[in-house]
Amino acid sequence: MYPPKFDYHRAGSVEEALAMRKEHDGKFLAGGHSLIPVMKLRLADPGCLVDISRIDNLKGICPDGDTVKIGALTTHAMVASSGEVPEALPEAAKMIGDPMVRNRGTVGGNVAHADPASDLPTVLTALGASMQITGEDGSRSVGADDFFTDLFETVLGEDELLTGVTVPAKTAGTGTAYAKLPNPASRYAIVGAAASISVADGKCTAASVAIGGLLPATTRANAVEAALVGQEMTDANIKAAAAAIADSLGDDVMGDIHASADYRKAMAPVMIARAVKTAVGRA
Amino acid sequence: MSKYVGQSLKRVEDPRFIQGKGKYVANLSLPGMGYMAIKRSPYAHATINSIDASEALALDGVIAVFTGEDLLADGIGPLPCGWQVPDLKIPVQNAIATEKVRHVGDRVAVVVAESPYIAADALDLIDVDYDPLPAVTDAKAAAQDGAPLVHDEIENNVSYVWELGTKDEYEAALNDSDHVIELDLINQRLIATAMEPRACVAQWNSFTEDMTLWTTSQNPNLIRVVMSAFTLQVPEHKLRVISPDVGGGFGSKLPHYPEEILVPWAARKLDMPIKWVSTRSEAAVSDTQGRDHVTTAKMAFNNDGKITGIGVETWANNGAYLSLVAPLIPTAFYITLLSGLYKVPAVYGKAIGTLSHTVWVDAYRGAGRPEASYLLERLVMMAAQKLGMDGMEFRRLNAIPADEFPYQTPVALSYDSGNYAGLFDKAEELAGYADLLQERDAARAEGRVVGIGIAGCIEASGPAPSAVAGALGGVTGFWEAGTIRLHPTGKVTVLTGSHTHGQGHETTFAQIVADELGIPPEDIDIVHGDTAVITNGMGTYGSRSASVGGSALVVAARKVRDKAIKLAAHQLEAAEEDMVFNQETGDIYVNGAPDRATSIGAMAFAAYTAHNLPEGMEPGMEEDAYYDPANFTYPNSAHIAMVEVDKDTGETKILKYIAVDDVGNVINPMIVEAQISGGIAQGVGQALWENTVYDADGQLLSGTLLDYAVPRADGFPDFKIDRTITPSPHNPLGVKGVGEMGTIASTPTIANAVMDALEPMGISHLDIPLTAQKLHGAMQGTAVSAD
Repeated sequence: MYPPKFDYHRAGSVEEALAMRKEHDGKFLAGGHSLIPVMKLRLADPGCLVDISRIDNLKGICPDGDTVKIGALTTHAMVASSGEVPEALPEAAKMIGDPMVRNRGTVGGNVAHADPASDLPTVLTALGASMQITGEDGSRSVGADDFFTDLFETVLGEDELLTGVTVPAKTAGTGTAYAKLPNPASRYAIVGAAASISVADGKCTAASVAIGGLLPATTRANAVEAALVGQEMTDANIKAAAAAIADSLGDDVMGDIHASADYRKAMAPVMIARAVKTAVGRA
Repeated sequence: MSKYVGQSLKRVEDPRFIQGKGKYVANLSLPGMGYMAIKRSPYAHATINSIDASEALALDGVIAVFTGEDLLADGIGPLPCGWQVPDLKIPVQNAIATEKVRHVGDRVAVVVAESPYIAADALDLIDVDYDPLPAVTDAKAAAQDGAPLVHDEIENNVSYVWELGTKDEYEAALNDSDHVIELDLINQRLIATAMEPRACVAQWNSFTEDMTLWTTSQNPNLIRVVMSAFTLQVPEHKLRVISPDVGGGFGSKLPHYPEEILVPWAARKLDMPIKWVSTRSEAAVSDTQGRDHVTTAKMAFNNDGKITGIGVETWANNGAYLSLVAPLIPTAFYITLLSGLYKVPAVYGKAIGTLSHTVWVDAYRGAGRPEASYLLERLVMMAAQKLGMDGMEFRRLNAIPADEFPYQTPVALSYDSGNYAGLFDKAEELAGYADLLQERDAARAEGRVVGIGIAGCIEASGPAPSAVAGALGGVTGFWEAGTIRLHPTGKVTVLTGSHTHGQGHETTFAQIVADELGIPPEDIDIVHGDTAVITNGMGTYGSRSASVGGSALVVAARKVRDKAIKLAAHQLEAAEEDMVFNQETGDIYVNGAPDRATSIGAMAFAAYTAHNLPEGMEPGMEEDAYYDPANFTYPNSAHIAMVEVDKDTGETKILKYIAVDDVGNVINPMIVEAQISGGIAQGVGQALWENTVYDADGQLLSGTLLDYAVPRADGFPDFKIDRTITPSPHNPLGVKGVGEMGTIASTPTIANAVMDALEPMGISHLDIPLTAQKLHGAMQGTAVSAD
C-alpha cells in the first residue's frame, strides 16, 4: 500500500510543532498507527505531516500528588506496564492491538483520533481525566466528558496540540476496571465499559461509569452511576444498576457486520456489570 | 530400514524464514524495473462506457496505461478452465475486462510507472465512466428466474449441473427408513488470507525472445503450460516460470491469474522488467476464495442406528468467472466424499454450479471435502441425538469395518485402507471421553453453557490417477515428476515438481531420499519451483506432495541405487543378486563377505569417471521418474472438542481439543503435528469467526483484516494430538495426505460442540460461522441477522 505524496517535518518542541503545523497546514504524526494506515488506504491525504514523536518531554508517566500525568507520546506498552496509574488503564492498554502496535501507538494519538471503538477514551472518561491542550495562545485543560464530541471528533482546534492527559492517582477504597467485548477481527471494542467505583462498608459511595464502542463518542453512563451509589455491591444490585444503561443510549447506537445495534445494546449492560464488579473487587 | 523417515528433523528452511532471509517475489528488484498497478472496478456489475487515461498518462513518471482493448489487439487469450465437467458453460474471461465489469475488483486497466507510488497515484487519475447494473451474490438466488445475468450467454447463471450416486436407492432409503433428517445449511464463503499476498515480476529478453516470470504459485510448471498454450502464447521452451519462497497458498495460489498474463505482457510490450505486488485489500477482491455452498441435505437411518442413505442438492457459487479448477471442487471433490467414514448403502448428490457478481471461488484448504464432512457430521450428530444414542457409539456403529478395505463407496471412490473403529477408540481414550461427558454435565449443572463435539472425517487426497482425473473432467495429468542427481562427490541434488510454500519439503523430501540412498540429509538439496531447472511437475495441492511427489523421488532414487549396485557388482566381480545395500550407511558389499565392499558415493564417482563400467551402462548417476498414483489416499480423523459459550455475550471458548488422525506412515512427526495444528486453527476460523459478507449491491463488506476475522493463537487451548497408522497400500512410502485433514475435521467438530452446548435450549442447528452475535441471538430466542 502506497500513500499519496506528503511533506514531512520533524518538530523538536511543542512550540515548533505548532508553528510548523500552521506554516505547512499539516497534520500531527505521533505513533502513526491510525493515520498512516488511512493514508495508505488513500482515505486521508493530509499533504504534510508534522512529526511530534521525538518531543521527549511529552513522553512518560509522572505521579504528581493525587494525580498522575501521562505525556501524550507515552506508548500503550508503557501504560500497560505501569503500576502508577489506576488499574483500568493498563488493563485497557493491554487489549490494544498487538505488541507492535502497543510499542508504537501513543496515548495522545489514540485520544486525539477519537475512534469511537477505541479503548482509552472510555477509560479516561470513567476516570474523570483531564486533557492538557496547548495552542498558540497558551494552554487549557478540558475534562474527558467534554473532550470527545462526535465520531472521530474532539474539541481540539486545528492549531492545538494534545500534550498529555491527567488522571487521578490510585486511591484506597476506589477500584477501577475496563471490560470489553472485542470485534473478533480488529479487536477494537464492539462494546467497552469502564468503571471507577468507591466502596465503603460494602456500599458504593461514588461511581463513575463510561461506555464506548456503540455510540459515536464515548459517553458517561449517568443513570447507571445514580443507580449504583448507595447500593450494596452485590451481583444482583450491580446487574440491576447496569441495566439502567438501556434508557440512556438513544438512537445513535451503531451497527455493522459483526454486531447489530440491538446486539450492542444488549451487550452494554453486560460489559458495564463486568467492569463494575471487577472495580468493586479492586476497591 | 528407515534411519531418517519417521524422525522429527528440524526444518532446514526455518532459519532463513525466521531471520527474514527468505527470497520472495516481492523481494526481487531488477535494474530498470517498472511497477504495475491495477485499476479495479468499484462496482459488482456495471457497463463500462469509456475509460479516459489522459490525466494518468500526463503524470510525471507514468510509462503506460493499458486497457482490455490493447490486450485483445495483441491476441492475448482468455483464461482457460482446466476442469471440464459435461456440458460446462465457460464464460469468457480476459485478463482485463472490456464492456462490462462483473465483480468488485474486476480489472479495468493497468498502469506501469517508474515507482509503485506513482503507479498508485495514476490509478486515481484514470477516469472510468460506468453505468451500474443490479447484482446477485448468493449461490442459489443467482439461479432463480429474473436474477441479473453475470454473462448474457449463460442462462440462469448456471455453469454446470453434476450428479453422482445411486439416486433410486437413495430415494428408496428416504421412503423405507425409520427416520429422515432434512437440513438446510450454508457453508459460508472464505477469504484465503495467505500470509504473503500474490506478486509477479517479469523479464523479457528481446534478443533471445525468452520470458522469465517470477510468480507466487503453488505449481509453476502447470502455469507455464497454461500460459504457453492458452493465454500469453510465449512458446513453452521460451518461457521460464519461477516460484521462489512462497508464503502460504491454501489453494489460492493454485490457479492461473490474470496478473500472470498482464505483467509479462506489459514487460514484452514495453521491453522492460515489470513488477506487481498485491496489497492485502486487493487480495480480498482478486484472490480465489473458498467454499460458498447453499445445500439441502438429507439423511435416512433406522432405529437400530444404521445410516441407510444420504443425499444433497447443493448450489455452489463459482463467482463471476470460472477459475482454473473451480468446477472440480463442488463435484468430484465433494459429492464423492458424502458418505465419509461410514458404510452408507445409498448416496446421491447433485451440484449446481452458479455464477454471481462476486470474486471467483476455487480450491481452499480441503476444497469440497470440508463441505462434505461438515454437512455429514452435522447430520450424524442430529441423527444420534434423535435416537438418543451417544455420538461416539453412533459413529462406531456405522464406521466401515477394518476388514472391508479396499472399500468401494456408492460414489466412485475406493478407499485404500483404514481402521475407523480403532481411530474412534483412540480419540475416545485420548480425550478421556467418559470423564469429559461428566465434566460437561457438571458444568451444565452450574448453569454454564458447555458442549462436546465429535467429528469423524475422511479426505481423498493425493490427486490423482491421471486416467481417473481425465474421466472426471481433468484437462491435464496428475502425476508428479522427480529427478535424483547423485554428484561425483556423493552429494545429491533433488529436483521435484512439488512446490513447498510452508509445507517443509526441503526437510521431508531430503529425509525420503536419504533413506533410499544411504546418504545423510545434509548432503541432499531439494530444488523446486523453477521450470528451467526442474524436470517437470504438477505442483502442490490436495495434500499430494508426499504421496505423489515423494513417491516419484522414491522411484527415481531406487533407479539410482540400482545402478550403483549394478556398478558395484561389476567392480567387485560379484553377481548383482549377491550385493547387499546398507540403507543406513550407503555401503554396498557382497553378501557374506562384508570386506568386499564399496559405497554408493564411490560408485557415483566411478560412474562419472566411467573408467570401468559394465557393458552397456551409460556414464553418470542421474535418474528421472514420473509417478502416476494408482489411487487417491484416504487420510481420516476423529476429533473431539469441548467448548463453552458465554451465555451473556455468545462468545465461544474452546476448552479442550483432541485430534487423532490417520495419515498413514509419517515422514516427520513434528511437521505432521504442525500441519494438523495449523489445519485445526484454520477450520475453527470457519466454524466461529471467518465470514465473507457482500451487501445487496455486491460490495464486499469484509474486505480488510479489520473486518475479516482470521484465527489467532489466543483463541486456542493446547491441542492434544495423536495418530493411528494404516499405511496406504499403493504408494511406496505408505503415506497419506496430511495438509488438509485438520481443517476438514475441525469445522464440524467445533460446530457440533457448540450445537451440543445449545442443545438443552432446544436449538438444533445454526449456520457457521457461529459468531457471538448469532449465538447470543439464538440463546435469547431472537434470530439476529448477519447484517
